[in-house]
Formats: sequence, C-alpha cells, structure tokens
Amino acid sequence: MFLARNPQLNSNGELHHLLSTEGLPREILTQILDTAASFTGVTQREVKKVPLLRGKAIFNLFFEASTRTRTTFEIAAKRLSADVINLAINVSSQSKGESVLDTVANLSAMQADMFIVRHSESGAPHLIARHVSPEIHVINAGDGRHAHPTQGLLDMYTIRHYKKDFTKLVVAIVGDVLHSRVARSQIHALTTLGVPEVRVIGPKTLLPSHVDKLGVHVYHDISKGLKDVDVVMTLRLQNERMQGSFLPSPQEFFKLYGLNAEKLALAKPDAIVLHPGPMNRGVEIDSTVADGRQSVILPQVTFGIAIRMAVMSILAGN
Amino acid sequence: MSENAIKLPDAEQLVAVLTAQMRPHVTPQTALVGIVTGGAWLAERLHRELGLVLPCGTLDASFYRDDFQEKGLKRGVRRSEIPFDVEDRELILVDDVLYTGRTIRAAINELFDYGRPASIRLAALVDRGGRELPVAAQFVGAVIDVPAQLSIELQRAADGRLSLALTPATNQDRAG
Repeated sequence: MFLARNPQLNSNGELHHLLSTEGLPREILTQILDTAASFTGVTQREVKKVPLLRGKAIFNLFFEASTRTRTTFEIAAKRLSADVINLAINVSSQSKGESVLDTVANLSAMQADMFIVRHSESGAPHLIARHVSPEIHVINAGDGRHAHPTQGLLDMYTIRHYKKDFTKLVVAIVGDVLHSRVARSQIHALTTLGVPEVRVIGPKTLLPSHVDKLGVHVYHDISKGLKDVDVVMTLRLQNERMQGSFLPSPQEFFKLYGLNAEKLALAKPDAIVLHPGPMNRGVEIDSTVADGRQSVILPQVTFGIAIRMAVMSILAGN
Repeated sequence: MSENAIKLPDAEQLVAVLTAQMRPHVTPQTALVGIVTGGAWLAERLHRELGLVLPCGTLDASFYRDDFQEKGLKRGVRRSEIPFDVEDRELILVDDVLYTGRTIRAAINELFDYGRPASIRLAALVDRGGRELPVAAQFVGAVIDVPAQLSIELQRAADGRLSLALTPATNQDRAG
C-alpha cells in the first residue's frame, strides 16, 4: 500500500518542517507541548538562554508584516543561542521582482539552517519546504487563510496549562473563522488532542461553508454556543483580509458576537478566554473581558515563546 | 561477559556507603542537585539520610548536551528545578551512574546559567569508568567494571527501594 507522505515528516516519521497542525499525529503535538513545558524554566534564570542551537542560522522571512510574531520567533531563537536574521521581504527583493523561490535559493546559499516563513498567500511555506535542500527546516509563521501552527500550538499549551486534560473539554471558537488561519490550526489541534466537543460560533458570512466537515459544531447564536463551555477562543476580526460586505459594521459585530461579560457568563464559571492578538477591543472582545480574571491572553504570549523554542529545537534535532 | 555473569552490588547498601562518605562534608548550606531521573531519586534519598535543609534541585541537562547534532532532542525532557539561589552555594551534583562524564559536563554548564556557585562536588552511586572528559567524583558508592555493550540502570520500586539492573546498551548510553 502506498501512503502519501506528510510533507512535514521525515522518513522516520519525525517532524522535519512545521507547516500545519493538520495531519500531525497526537504524539508529535504532545511532544511539542511537553518540550515547551521543559523550556518554561529557562526564562526564569539568571541566564535566559540555552546553547542548543549555537551556531545555527535562522532566517525570519516575513513576506507579510507582523511585528509580534516575528519578535516572538526572534526571542525564541535567541534563547536557543541561534543567530537570527530578520528579513522583511516586501520591502527588499520582492519589490524588485525576485520570486519567492529565488529569494529562498539565495538565502540557502548563505548557509541557512531554518526558515520561519510568513506569507499572505496560503501554501507559500509548503512551496518553500518542497524546494529547500533536505537539511533545511521550514516553520510556517502564518500563510494566508491556511494555517498558523505555532499559534495553534501555543493555544493548546495554554489550554493544557489551565485545564490539564483535553478529553473532557467543550471549546468554543468565536468570530471570523472564515479568514482565520489561527482557527484552522486550532481546530485540527483540538480534535487531534482529543477534545470531544469543538464549537465554532459566528455569522454565516464569516464561517467557511463546509466547516462542519472538520468535526466541529456550528452555532450562529452566541448565547447557545457559549453555554457551559470550558474554553472560549476569540479571534481577531480580520478587516485587512475582507473585501466586500461580510458584515454590516464592526459595531454590529460587537453587539452580536463581541465577547462581553454578559455573554461570557453563559460559559462555565471557570472558563478561560484566549485571543491570538492583536486585539480589536470593542469589536471581538470587550475590555472588561480582555483584562478580566478569566483572561489568559498575556500568558498565551509567554507560552508562545516556549512553544517556538520547542518547535525549533525539535526540528533542528530531526 | 553476559548480563547474568555480572554481580551488581545492592543499591541500598551503596546509598549507606555514600551517605557515610558525604556526612562529614556537608553543612546546612550544602544543596544537592540530582540529574534526572536516577540521580534525582538518589538525591532525594541522600537528602533525607543526611537531613539537609535546603530543598533538592533536579536537573535535566538535555539542552546542554554535546550529542544534540547526532541524536536530536530526546523525548520527555524534564523541566529543571533549582529551588534555591545558586550564587555562592556549595553544591553537590548527584548522579546514579558516572560513565563518560559528558552528562556531568552538560549539568555543570547548566548550573552556571543559574549563577556562580561557591563549589560543585560530584556524588555517584556507581562509577563504571570509561571517562571521555576530565571528570572525577568526590563521593562514590562503588566502582564497577561493566562491558560497553551493557548499561547500568537505577530502578526505584513502589516502596522507594533503589536497585541496580543491567540492560543492553542503546546508543544513548555512551552519553553518561
């Protein structure tokens, strides 16, 4: 029998690139979460770095602007003692007409060991992963509407940190699922890790047409969708990805789907609230919730560094 | 020489030997740091036997190993926990089996990222020779000669009793 090989795995079934949480076995997701946990102690020490990736060259290739994600990857790489080179491609060669693969070939010739790729086109990191030489690793830092696996993984880390066991949880993802690569990465990771009930909540215009095929329950009424959930994952309203009329106005969206204290009260009393950042306060989330006792939004940022350290060190060792 | 032909000493007796060796050399300021997992079990035991005050530290030096290039990151790396200030501290690093010395090198490097200790000494339940680095233990339960194809493993029973066992060596073993 011939099985199409997952492009993320090497011939030993180990993680070679991280392109998506889709199709990764639970064992690998758990390995990443466990490794991240072992890194959390490092940042509390006198010397906040380990020598694991000493002498490795990691290129942050950002074809789409993102200060925060780029910075967390940079911090993670530096805490592993790697050398980090940041390239904002939209303002360099691309504007001179060089293709993505030419850019990557040139950087490979500069002895790169790992590429962290952010691109507005879905699939760009896959394309790069297919064309780099076999010793180079690629991490997807967000591609179009497709995937943002390290964000999905840090969300899983956050949930595990507060809720311990995935197999008893009801998790709701609220908002603009249609344009969200984060939501897709969350859904695949949640189902693989054994969360029995994943709900997506949003207006019809902001949910992908066949989202139920991913094994989630679809709600258009947030008061029903949030009932007794353990985890509420809010999404950023992606104004910059919207062309045409997906919703009447941000105010209207806030009224119907914005997470405020009243709506959150429908969830379990100990429910936690996540947001991938940057937040549009007063659009998808109210400040009283974002800054409230159930919010774990800032811990998410801290855990994000440990997750990215884990992914880089696992890839570099495989 | 097969696994059955080698007689291993009783780990509980070695704990007693080690405790007696260490007792005159520890003060209330001394802290133990056990290397996971066998060394951490042993450190816990020695901590109790010696009646030390400071809590035990545990160290998983996987992020400092010199074989990361060849072997990658091992599964199940544990978070190191050093629950005291390392600066100016008298430390005793504790491991179950002292072999190549590479684990100890990695552990010392990691400890220095917590601060500058006053001193680091080394206690090992078993020294099996085979050093590849200039590392020596100040406190040793027993010196045992074991062929390279075998590995010595510390085990802990449900009631906390420690014992030694021989297992076929995997390629991880030259690490120790």
